[in-house]
Amino acid sequence: MNETQTDIILPGDASRGVTRRDALRTLVAGGMLATTAGGLLTHTGTALAATPKKGGRIRVAVGAGSTADTLDPARGSNIADFVRHFMFYNCLTTIDDKLAPQMELAESITTKDAVTWTIKLRKDVRFHDGKPLTPADVVYSLQRHKIPATASKAKAVADEFAEIKATGPDEVTLKLDSANADLPAILGTSHFAIIKDGTTDFSTANGTGPYTCKEFRPGVRSIGAANKAYWKPGKPYLDEIEYFSIADEAARVNALLSGDVHLINALNPRSAPMLQAARGFTLFESKTGHYTDIIMRDNLGPLKNPDFVLAMKYLQDREQIRKVSMRGYATIGNDQPIQPNNRYYLAGLPQRTYDLDKAKYHLQKSGMAGSTVPLIASTAANGSVDTAQIMQLSAQKVGLNLDIKRMPADGYWSNHWAKHPLSFGNINPRPTADLIFTLFYKSNSPQNVSGWKNEKFDQLLDLARGETNEAKRKQMYGDMQVLVNENCGVGIPIFNHSLDGFTNKLKGYGAHPLAGLMGYMFAEHVWLDS
Amino acid sequence: MNGQTLRLIVNRLGVALLTLLAVSVVVFAITSLLPGDAAQALLGQESTPELLAALRQKFGLDQPAYLRYVHWLGGLLAGNPGNALANGLPVAQLIGSRLPNSLVLAAAAAAVSVPVALTIGITSAMARGSLYDRVVNVATVWVVSVPEFLIATVAVLVFAVKLRWLSALSRIDDIATFGDFVRAYAMPVMTLCCVIVAQMARMTRAAVIDQLTSSYVEMARLKGVRPVRMVLTHALPNAVGPIANAVALSLAYLIGGVIIVESIFNYPGIASLMVDSVTMRDMPVVQACAMLFCAAYLVLLTTADVIAILSNPRLRK
Repeated sequence: MNETQTDIILPGDASRGVTRRDALRTLVAGGMLATTAGGLLTHTGTALAATPKKGGRIRVAVGAGSTADTLDPARGSNIADFVRHFMFYNCLTTIDDKLAPQMELAESITTKDAVTWTIKLRKDVRFHDGKPLTPADVVYSLQRHKIPATASKAKAVADEFAEIKATGPDEVTLKLDSANADLPAILGTSHFAIIKDGTTDFSTANGTGPYTCKEFRPGVRSIGAANKAYWKPGKPYLDEIEYFSIADEAARVNALLSGDVHLINALNPRSAPMLQAARGFTLFESKTGHYTDIIMRDNLGPLKNPDFVLAMKYLQDREQIRKVSMRGYATIGNDQPIQPNNRYYLAGLPQRTYDLDKAKYHLQKSGMAGSTVPLIASTAANGSVDTAQIMQLSAQKVGLNLDIKRMPADGYWSNHWAKHPLSFGNINPRPTADLIFTLFYKSNSPQNVSGWKNEKFDQLLDLARGETNEAKRKQMYGDMQVLVNENCGVGIPIFNHSLDGFTNKLKGYGAHPLAGLMGYMFAEHVWLDS
Repeated sequence: MNGQTLRLIVNRLGVALLTLLAVSVVVFAITSLLPGDAAQALLGQESTPELLAALRQKFGLDQPAYLRYVHWLGGLLAGNPGNALANGLPVAQLIGSRLPNSLVLAAAAAAVSVPVALTIGITSAMARGSLYDRVVNVATVWVVSVPEFLIATVAVLVFAVKLRWLSALSRIDDIATFGDFVRAYAMPVMTLCCVIVAQMARMTRAAVIDQLTSSYVEMARLKGVRPVRMVLTHALPNAVGPIANAVALSLAYLIGGVIIVESIFNYPGIASLMVDSVTMRDMPVVQACAMLFCAAYLVLLTTADVIAILSNPRLRK
């Protein structure tokens, strides 16, 4: 850690009798807590808010990236794409570090009934080719998601756009099929970035974002050069960002340590000590809502039995899983997908603990005691192999034999994920509670991994989506968390944190609950201290 | 060159072409066996049956396998291997942007390793049984037994992370001077040399020793020919066949098989393109790469065969 300690504000609880190891870890997490104190969008809350310096060039290496790299925001599929899209494009809104939407290209987004939305656009925004932002660009950018040939990752969401049309010189009206109070947040995801009307060629990017696309070669590298005419005064700070992927984690860490790159993401928790021991680097922890879950598939085999599901949930030794699979860089989960730093998190939900007696009781009640059940794990699902082994040991103690079957990472998602009675998956954070619940828990969703069907849950989900009263909404999402925690065949032992590493010369960095790399949006916030 | 030699060479070329055709069937069949397809790989967690069907139709994955094979082979013969599924770029363009990098790396590695290997092989053959021979023998076996990822990682830790002499990545886009070139290529080339020098050196040693024990060399020695001249003008020309084969095998490996070096040094070569494409189930790229590797292998081996045929004095006139 060395010098980095001065760079990060001590969170309040670090002085409360904790071990040195924990204190160090909290220090790393400090960036997260610090940002909640100050301004959200500008990340002025990040510690040591010195005046940003202009200029400089950085190289950034991320873990993901392949020949499938794209400049088409609709097709962005992983962190490599999302970061690139936030370099070159803007969305109508942006999602802040409490997962609340803030205005970006939109000056205001208003609605009375959460069905018809009026979007007022900023008047001072220009694309990289010098053309001004017009309602036609917004209509085109949103409309194209509905066309199957676009192959948009957000098609399911965009299918709810009933009508999108320009209703003034700087106004767009968007009508939904049914009420959805989350629309502003949804519009802040990179898939809904605004591109120029009529764009079909994505060999380069013509956006409104902080950097212009100087070079783009899929699977090789992208270069962004500062957009001198950026509509946010003073930004971006850097002259240029060279952005590429190094898939091999050890190579990525070495590239940072040797000074070849300035910023990397997705550090394995096992590499953390190496970075901490080196001088001049910061290990940055973001408490994201990313989780690895044990899926107990409802409609396959013996697991229809709710007692078996409960037994499995009580068998999770969460503290041990946190220590072994993530080396402590994780938050304890409670078998429901809303993480503690989400504004809809239900703090009052009792924490389910590791309880062998209860596990044994439910296991015997389920009639599965003494049986052997295969448990499918893979390195594709982060930390699942370690978690499976801990589960296996716990299960032995109550007379259940979990037979771990380790599958190759290649093809895991199409062939094994949620295709066995017991398997592991992992879920990336989504910007809204509604999206997480709709995608992975609603009874008719194709990705309802556990095959869970709960009418009350589905009703609550629909109601909450259209509810514009925040207090009522929070209540409903709380009820849903209880339902999932008690009944759904998904065990969520921990939320995995995301670890980034960077040279101490890089300033202005912050944390975001969506992902590392400042929720993919670091490019316009960071600056280089010479 | 006489008629018999020509016939042998034409035979070799014919066999090479047939092999290529057989490989195209095998490559296509095996890639079809891989679980999952490009549509699933691209859509990931967001896939719905409707989107999958639309994307499969767009990619032509809804057609039966034999039709896809015929289309693909037809395109390949016409010189058009199609478009990549993952990004819609022409496969030829994707390969065209990576292949030169792989060839440069292979050429650099060959330029260093072949002379070194031949020198080691010939000198240790001449000094057979000496301390030098034994040390070199043990050392080459030792080096080839260390996996390349270990050599590469240790080299990065020492030369890039600790000493900071070299770059941990082989960033070829920023090469302006010869010095830059050496810095970018030093570690990848060194790693590859560790892998291939030993094999070539040992083959060379064996081939030369084989000749040195033959009766005509004995005759030359009785005639009073000096040792160096004896090896270079008498023994070596007859050992060219096996040596050419060993060199060809190593070079073929350098063109398509250096995935570990490419990923550790983040070198944008063709092996990582293929591995990327396998993960994405981007079959047009995978198949084109596989055919390319196979063709390179065949070209090199056939060349080695032809060299062996031409260097055979019994076929010379």
